[in-house]
Amino acid sequence: MNADGRLTVGLAQIDPALGDRDRNLERHREWVGQATAAGANLLVFPELSLTGYFLKDLVPDSAIRLDDPIMGELAGLSTKLDVVLGAVVEDPDHRYFNASLYFSHGELVHLHRKVYLPTYGMFDEQRYFAPGDRFRSFKTGFGRTGILVCEDIWHLSSAYILSLEGVDMIICPSSSPGRGITTDERLGTAESYNLVCRTYAQFLTTFFLYCNRVGFEDGANFWGGSMVIGPNGDIIAQQEDADEALVLASLDLAQVRRERLANPLLRDERLELTINELRRVLHERTRKPF
Amino acid sequence: MNCDESCMSAPASLSEPVFPPLAIHPELVKRILVGFIRNEVRKVGFERVVLGLSGGVDSSLVATLASEALGPRNVLAVVMPYRTSDPKSRNDALQVVQQLGIEQLEIDISPQIDAYFERFPAADQKRRGNKMARERMTILYDQSFASRGLVIGTSNKTELLLGYGTIYGDMASAINPIGDLYKTQVWQLADAAGVPTAIVQKAPSADLWAGQSDETELGFQYRMIDQLLYYLVDHRYSIDELKRLGFAEAFVEDIIRRVRDNQYKRRLPVIAKLSSRTIDRDFRYPRDWGH
Repeated sequence: MNADGRLTVGLAQIDPALGDRDRNLERHREWVGQATAAGANLLVFPELSLTGYFLKDLVPDSAIRLDDPIMGELAGLSTKLDVVLGAVVEDPDHRYFNASLYFSHGELVHLHRKVYLPTYGMFDEQRYFAPGDRFRSFKTGFGRTGILVCEDIWHLSSAYILSLEGVDMIICPSSSPGRGITTDERLGTAESYNLVCRTYAQFLTTFFLYCNRVGFEDGANFWGGSMVIGPNGDIIAQQEDADEALVLASLDLAQVRRERLANPLLRDERLELTINELRRVLHERTRKPF
Repeated sequence: MNCDESCMSAPASLSEPVFPPLAIHPELVKRILVGFIRNEVRKVGFERVVLGLSGGVDSSLVATLASEALGPRNVLAVVMPYRTSDPKSRNDALQVVQQLGIEQLEIDISPQIDAYFERFPAADQKRRGNKMARERMTILYDQSFASRGLVIGTSNKTELLLGYGTIYGDMASAINPIGDLYKTQVWQLADAAGVPTAIVQKAPSADLWAGQSDETELGFQYRMIDQLLYYLVDHRYSIDELKRLGFAEAFVEDIIRRVRDNQYKRRLPVIAKLSSRTIDRDFRYPRDWGH
């Protein structure tokens, strides 16, 4: 964070090479250099930025373990600015996770394992990955943050949980393939994500950083459209097209406080009521005769 | 039935209103497809593509997209008429070549077709048409090797779903930019991309004999087929739901049968499973492995 209470965030809208971790790591170094030169305090890479997305049976070959030497190289990216990147993480019990890692000052600060693994239509993630089992926020140098990877945001509860933890910012690394052609100048997926991300920012009065990748894998196009949204739902910066780009935005962090004074939605949220009602729903579901 | 690309009839392609759900934003689609060609060709180490240019709307559109993606000098259009092909098709193909400034090679396939069928003079038109499509494929793959260019396909979604093409013939390619566009969408994009209007508007034909028409052979108009496929394939309507929308039962059943019966053309050959990792069943790697 800068002395004036502003934070410069960067979204690295890149095109990772599929299954080529070394090449992608080198490219991460280049983008970190570029973002550092541009004065960014935080740089977000897309989902699975270190490996590419449609890995299929390449998942085990692409994985890193938290005790791998490569972890030192990844952490080393964050000496001058905080870095969020995507990787396949293998746990000691040999489960593979679609993970997003947050590094700061040369250290791993947080690791989010994607909880909701899309396995329908063109997606097959549960065939290759194990699901994460938690949504947790964490403290950064500029406030409380949470990470949701791509499909995680298509479940209202994930963002809701982070919100009740008091996050100032939600970071969503994504590898969203574009589809849905109509007469609209944007793809159906771009429309949907714009709607969802802006809705979360406004409902939860939080900054929302959406970083999507670009490029093609086996014919599927990734539509980019990375965006930074303020806690009032306004888009602060967006890369409209599907080219590689560094999207930069300067955030006034005090905007969260002002927005929550104007719209005290979080203050009025009834956590206990919600939990009681959810318990009731769960109870009734388990009592169904068949 | 052989169907190299001029497979569908489109006299009304520009004059009749498009079925709204199949209307496209041509600039957006073109941008994606040009990016697709550039990306999928270059990342596997190629700069060039090779395609069979018939003078129909599908191959003319693909030539146009490829020319924009890679530059006209990196597109080799092979024109491969048979002696009974309509000379107008050749002229249309050459017009596209000239308009785009792409590389061109003309090979009359009559000698190699006729030499083969001298042994089988009773062969019917369908058999001959399939043979022609496969001869053209062997020429394209030879030119692919000779010129270091990927073979770029020209089958559209309607043809692929109906199986109105020759397996290992016109359906063979390394990459296909238009395989997810219905014929009625191909018309829209071709028109917006600058394919000559006469080509967009002419009746689709495999051009195996004079006056051949896709729509006559299929028994239905492409615009109707595409509407039905839109509900059936894209939105998984049931037969009852389709009938309630007003589609005739016989039409629905005929199209569903074609889609089902031609599934094999859209898949690799069936492999007898023996080991624990069988290709394409549990040995699954992306085509773009390492790129």
